Amino acid sequence: MIPAPKILVRVTAALLVLGVTAFVAACASSSGDAPARDTPRLSASAAWDVIYDVLQSPRCLNCHPAGDTPLVGDESLPHPQNVRRGPNGSGVFGMRCDTCHQDRNLSDAHLPPGAPNWHLPHPALPLIFEGRDKSALCEQLRDPARNGRKSPAQLAEHMLHDPLVLWGWDPGPGRAAVPIPREVFDAAVEDWVAGDCGCPDDDG
Amino acid sequence: MTSPTFSRRELLRLGAAAGGGLLVALQLPVSARALMGAPVDAFVPNAFVRVARDGAVTVIVNKAEMGQGVLTSLCMQLAEELDADWSRVHGEFAPVDPVYAHPGYGIQMTGGSTSTLGMGEPMRRAGAAARAVLVDAAAMRWGVPASECSTAVGRVLHAASGRALDYGELVDDAATLPVPADVPLKDPARFTLVGKPTHRLDTPDKVAGRAVFGLDVDLPGMRVALVAHPPTFGGRAKSFDAGAALAIPGVERVFDVGSGVAVVADGFWAAKRGRDALVIEWDEGPNASLSSDELAARYLELARTPSDLVARRDGDAEAALASAHDTYTVEYELPYLAHAPMEPLNCVVDLRADAMELWIGTQFQTLDHAAAAATAGLPPDEVRLHSTFLGGGFGRRANPVSDYVVEAVKVAKGTGAPIKLMWTREDDTRGGYYRPMWTSRLRAGLDADGALVAWAHTIVGQSFIKGTPFEGFIIHDGIDGTSVEGAEDLPYAIPNVRVDLHTTDVAVPTLWWRSVGHSHTAFVVESFLDELAHASHRDPLALRRELLVGHDRHLGVLERAAQEAGWGTPPQPGHARGLAVHFSFESYVAMVFEVAAVDGRVRPVKVDVAVDCGRMVNPDTIRAQLEGAVGFGLTATLYSAITLKDGRVEQGNFHDYKLLRVHEMPEVRVHLVASDAPSTGIGEPGVPPVAPAFCNALFALTGRRVRRLPLRDEDLRA
Amino acid sequence: MTIHFTVNGRAVSVDGDPSRPLLWVLRETLQLTGTKFGCGAAQCGACTVHVDGRARRSCVLPVLSLEGTAVTTIEGLAGEVGDALVRAWTELDVPQCGWCQTGQIMSAAALLSERREPSDAEIDVGMSGNACRCATYVRIRKAIHRASALLKGGAR
Repeated sequence: MIPAPKILVRVTAALLVLGVTAFVAACASSSGDAPARDTPRLSASAAWDVIYDVLQSPRCLNCHPAGDTPLVGDESLPHPQNVRRGPNGSGVFGMRCDTCHQDRNLSDAHLPPGAPNWHLPHPALPLIFEGRDKSALCEQLRDPARNGRKSPAQLAEHMLHDPLVLWGWDPGPGRAAVPIPREVFDAAVEDWVAGDCGCPDDDG
Repeated sequence: MTSPTFSRRELLRLGAAAGGGLLVALQLPVSARALMGAPVDAFVPNAFVRVARDGAVTVIVNKAEMGQGVLTSLCMQLAEELDADWSRVHGEFAPVDPVYAHPGYGIQMTGGSTSTLGMGEPMRRAGAAARAVLVDAAAMRWGVPASECSTAVGRVLHAASGRALDYGELVDDAATLPVPADVPLKDPARFTLVGKPTHRLDTPDKVAGRAVFGLDVDLPGMRVALVAHPPTFGGRAKSFDAGAALAIPGVERVFDVGSGVAVVADGFWAAKRGRDALVIEWDEGPNASLSSDELAARYLELARTPSDLVARRDGDAEAALASAHDTYTVEYELPYLAHAPMEPLNCVVDLRADAMELWIGTQFQTLDHAAAAATAGLPPDEVRLHSTFLGGGFGRRANPVSDYVVEAVKVAKGTGAPIKLMWTREDDTRGGYYRPMWTSRLRAGLDADGALVAWAHTIVGQSFIKGTPFEGFIIHDGIDGTSVEGAEDLPYAIPNVRVDLHTTDVAVPTLWWRSVGHSHTAFVVESFLDELAHASHRDPLALRRELLVGHDRHLGVLERAAQEAGWGTPPQPGHARGLAVHFSFESYVAMVFEVAAVDGRVRPVKVDVAVDCGRMVNPDTIRAQLEGAVGFGLTATLYSAITLKDGRVEQGNFHDYKLLRVHEMPEVRVHLVASDAPSTGIGEPGVPPVAPAFCNALFALTGRRVRRLPLRDEDLRA
Repeated sequence: MTIHFTVNGRAVSVDGDPSRPLLWVLRETLQLTGTKFGCGAAQCGACTVHVDGRARRSCVLPVLSLEGTAVTTIEGLAGEVGDALVRAWTELDVPQCGWCQTGQIMSAAALLSERREPSDAEIDVGMSGNACRCATYVRIRKAIHRASALLKGGAR
């Protein structure tokens, strides 16, 4: 299992280190038209740190695997039913995601989790999270050639509103939710996009 | 499940004496006799066969069909002697009646892979007797001597006159004639059906979804009941609040049945939601701190001192070990196992004021019937038990204490309507009656030439026979035969052998599990022998050959499997082979397992299985049982363990009590070794060699010796 | 709340708890007991049916999701794929205890509908959601290849 405390420590550290920058950024933007918000603004890089930790949580990573098989559980083990991505990300050979997964969670632990349109990324654009370091994942996500021709706004839309993403914070009984509060993630997404989707290597 | 070996041998002896089955076969069941007042439209010569006017032959099968193919193989044996038209033969499950008792145990039951051994000849005799009467009827009709008549494909023939009559046309005449007491049986060389691959009679209904299993039974007004069981073995409900459960639409009653709190509803879903909503305060009882880890530690400690209860003593193993040139000591550990039949446990009960009917897929008709009658407070004659198909048994549906049957009758008593008691998968996984946890400590001594001169085996585990009606049959001098079978009958020529047993007293309910004692002893014995072969730099096949002198049937299957697998030729790069041979349930099975390293993991690739189970009844069923046994054994090897923490079973459903799936199934090649010996067991003997053959292959590939099941992740790294 | 759908071509209206899984409507309300209960958790596949032609595990499929759909169970499995599977399963005597087999056949039908000539690896994907305690997998695999050959018309 990926220990939740470790992730939290990492996030906390990132927020601390970047706190000063964030504060400066927040001040700089406070004179604009955007409504004031409680969460301090983050630099793109600091925002990415938050997003990255979310994307590496089992709730997100399990369906963005390096291979062709989704992962399951808080331990991110290969799907025991030998499930494959298939030609459009919804499974194949009669074993589709919706063979077992519903459009909602079910009442008991150890039942298949569910959300609308439960699926993996398309094989042409597999959007792999598993094994990607901070820099590589960031580059991949902002590259339209590798992110499904998504503009920054469309990326933000997916991350902020897609029910499949939101499921990460409401994963049903027996599964750990994404260990970073959703409002922190949402703010980070906004800030990252506002910061032109900056990545860790941009400065170097 | 099992009978002890001595009792199976008794069956063999009875069979040889050619009288054991006769008395059984030629009585009518008490229950059928009760029906005999009514006019017959069929010829019913004995308890096992009925011929209708339209020529249809109904064979009454006294065994549970749980996948092992017994419905078909018993019908085949009766039909063979009857010369029936096989296309007109179908099987029917017998009612509960003494005439259908197991010839060895005296109760109606299915287990120990004894059905063919015990019932084959009685079925043949029943068929032969029926045939003789039909021949007499035809001969009388034609006015010719019976000796001039012959039979084939459901007809009596008179060759001299070219006349023929269908059996159906002779039914009314035959019903008036006496049934002969003793009829000679066919010479097996003349068999036209037995011994030939034959389609199962139950396949079409099972494929179409028409076969009726216990869980499929429906009665007018029937309610569905679930029981909330205590979280610990020996726990009880101290108090409960049924309010929230009763508020769920469809939930009708909530009450304590001793084994837990029953929720009766108009269907499964309401019963389940009702049970989920129950608030129960448990008295967890004396076993709330049970831990399988602690048990394992206790077992290991026990195993390190040989027991005074010695199951086998040849020579002086201790002295031979003391003077041996090299000695080896190893410890093997195996977990509790759940049977996990695909059809969860269930029982349908229709209890009225003065009578009761039950529908169950059971391996234990007599005991379930008696327990149900006693629980209902009804005379046994007023209780009818209908046997259905079993969605898997593996021993779980043969419980001497009839746990879920008694529970079902208690629920029925509190309901006032027909009920179907259902156990969910979680109830089944956590409900006890497991294959016991076992620990073995083995020591071996080799002399200066590398010859195996001493073998000492100490076994630690629970007895599930103690305190049951089987105790007198199976426990001798304090030793439960099912604990040591497969170890005490070690076939290898070793001058000094000692096998002893510590029987532990643990509150976890245990039971026979497909292949019973052999499910642990074969793994231990065949793995350790492999260890000794490698330690003494000998080929595992060569060492077994050397030590199996005089055990021709062991050698027969061993050589066949080895030859078919190409033992001695180098396997493909990245592949390795392991072998095991084991005798159980009077049958001999050898396996050569081939494994391969794929993506850094050891995978099962192929198994060559050779079997000698005496004269074959349905060769295709033998193949099927061995194919399935490989998967069943591999599931246990790779995945299965029931563990306890704080008195609670940690597993619940197939996500944590995993079954092998199709993508993990190796190729299985079954090789049938022809034999004229009596037909013996096939439901269980395929299971024991799987784990050792696989683990021996794993060793050959990785150099890693696994002495604990199931395998862990790191064991399979390649 | 009433939910309307069809089962094997017959119109069905279901009232009551909308979270009740389809399996219990089939087995208890409609007496279609060919669809089996094995785990209640989509772990074993014994309850597999087709909804609008796709394989679904009826034990975790709430009836509320079924409005306007067409459900097919083993009792209603027809057409060339179904016929080929039933014939292949029968020829090869695949079932042992038989409890899981109707679910296996429904999954195999979904597989063959998508892939007429599946390879072993494709069978491994399409069928690994269906567990068999008797481990009849050797014959399940053979029967799918056999059904595929029957469909192709290349059968002996």
